[in-house]
Amino acid sequence: MKILRWLGGLLIIVAFIYFNFFVYNGEILIKIINVGLFCALFVLVRVVFGPSPADRIVAVEILGILIVGILAIIGLFYDQGFFMDVALIWALLSFIASLAFSKILEGRQLDD
Amino acid sequence: MTDLTYTIGMVFIFLGIAFDFFGVLGLVRLPDVYNRLQAATKCVTFGTAGILLGVFIMQGFSSFGFKALLGIAFVFLTSPVAAHAISRAAHRSGIPLTKETVVDQYQEDHELKEGSHVSA
Repeated sequence: MKILRWLGGLLIIVAFIYFNFFVYNGEILIKIINVGLFCALFVLVRVVFGPSPADRIVAVEILGILIVGILAIIGLFYDQGFFMDVALIWALLSFIASLAFSKILEGRQLDD
Repeated sequence: MTDLTYTIGMVFIFLGIAFDFFGVLGLVRLPDVYNRLQAATKCVTFGTAGILLGVFIMQGFSSFGFKALLGIAFVFLTSPVAAHAISRAAHRSGIPLTKETVVDQYQEDHELKEGSHVSA
């Protein structure tokens, strides 16, 4: 059962890399954005099936960091600077949210 | 955006997206929350910072490039703090370690402190 799951994940990753880099012919920045969004999908797997609350908090924090990188590349693709503003605000809110979640997980109140 | 800066920036962006990919792979694959945190923090310090450095090199000293530089500084300052807070909260709220764990020095320190407190 475990080896079956492992092979399924490997098959998904190999199929994604094949279709993204060898079948689809677009611009190279679009391919990089696709890789980032695929990573975000994997992180969402951990958010949904995470066994403990700390796993979900870690996954949400890493999702925020990934979104910052993806937004920087999107801004590079469209040649627009304001995407970087969105990325900075997203990083700030993700940091505060992960601190607040970890404090609640530890069993303390927010104003300790 | 000349040819040279384009090439160097694309190299940094490729390195960053590769680190992001492998960090997320570790986040899905590893056995418990501390290992996952250890793998996932790599995807901050090399992945996203590499992407932002590549964007800065490609854009040069414009407002977009300076925002990317500001993003690097901000991510480097805030992400280890958040990782430390999450791991400490997970350990204190009693989330178990994996079965292959060899040593847990934080728990040993905690028990030592509790014992001295009771005896004194």
